[in-house]
Amino acid sequence: MVKMLHSKEVSFIWDILNEIPDPEIPVISLVELGVVRGVEWIDTQLQITITPTYSGCPAMRMMEMDIEQSLRKEGITDFKIVMQYHPAWTTDWMSEVTKSKLKTYGIAPPQAHTKQRIGALISDAPTEVACPQCNSVNTKLISEFGSTACKSLMKCNDCLETFDYFKCI
Amino acid sequence: MNNQTSLFQYILKIADNQLILGHRLSEQCSKGPFLEEDIACSNIALDLIGAANSLYIYAAAIEGANKTEDDLVYLRSERAFRNVLLVEQPNTDFAYIMCRQFLFDTYDYFFQQALQNSNDQTLAAIAAKTLKESTYHLRHAGNWIIRLGDGTTESNMRLKNAFNNLWCYVEELFEQDAAELDLVAQGIAVDAQSIKSQFYSHIAEIMQTAGLEIPSGIFMQSGGKKGVHTEHLGFLLAEMQSVHRSFPGVKW
Repeated sequence: MVKMLHSKEVSFIWDILNEIPDPEIPVISLVELGVVRGVEWIDTQLQITITPTYSGCPAMRMMEMDIEQSLRKEGITDFKIVMQYHPAWTTDWMSEVTKSKLKTYGIAPPQAHTKQRIGALISDAPTEVACPQCNSVNTKLISEFGSTACKSLMKCNDCLETFDYFKCI
Repeated sequence: MNNQTSLFQYILKIADNQLILGHRLSEQCSKGPFLEEDIACSNIALDLIGAANSLYIYAAAIEGANKTEDDLVYLRSERAFRNVLLVEQPNTDFAYIMCRQFLFDTYDYFFQQALQNSNDQTLAAIAAKTLKESTYHLRHAGNWIIRLGDGTTESNMRLKNAFNNLWCYVEELFEQDAAELDLVAQGIAVDAQSIKSQFYSHIAEIMQTAGLEIPSGIFMQSGGKKGVHTEHLGFLLAEMQSVHRSFPGVKW
């Protein structure tokens, strides 16, 4: 009987959240991005735990609104969205499937593990980032700060296209 | 000062630095020397203001006066701000802006690195997050110092002037009052002396690569941490707070 308090199973909620696209990279969902950290029923209230990608990412508010809207559409009105800072969001949480979706979309996915990338205080141009258009690794970094907080701007020396590279953090 | 008040003031000091520098940098939006750099500065400004936002939310909870993060940003006056004098200095040329960034980013990088080991779990978590972003900021500023210092006669001259003008604000970064030292003893606050040598050695390394010398014989200024600011902060706040003060509680 206790179970009947909630009309929706936790796994069902995860499925709903997995259908919400990232506002800036619509080919991946908020779950794939790693923003959603937890889904839990506390008595009759649904608690969704999220973590920010970047501290000042302007899309965070949008993500919260999208989550709210999707839940309401399913008839869930008693919920709380909690912001969690620990553990800090990392691109290491992205699966290979997610990375390949980014690549198909034209964004070079984050390379390697952050442990190998964070910490260099002078020059740290990522090496061998493949161009998402032509796959050439003859690419160069133009700026570590790109069109959104999470991306760097790179250029392919072969096909001459500029492209976004998802930063490793 | 009781512990709660000390902690509140300590969080404000960290948050105010991030906010005021973030606001200063945001004034550069659309004025960058070229598009990519304009985007970089705006990105960094966003990171700084975002980190400040997380800290103000925590500060408001610690204060327990039923205030929000917006109250702390928009409804405090000049004397209540606890940021260091360095971050409020107005933008002049690009060399000056990068020099100000470089001095702050170097401090911030080592500061956040130490703060992530704080006994205060919330401060530690925010610091761990901020550190990832600070690393990018420091790399960006350091590369510019090398590029400008080791660039043309003009860029070298401008950068040298910037260091000469901003160096007087460096020592204040490491000042700590009795209440803060008490928090250091409890393992909550960062012992500023413990990161001082890392700060100076990184600055020296980059400046040497850039062909610059550390300014000497400069009289050090301070006051920001006690709420005694240069005249520039008042103007910054007047602009930053104008909408909120003209239309109290406005939402958009």
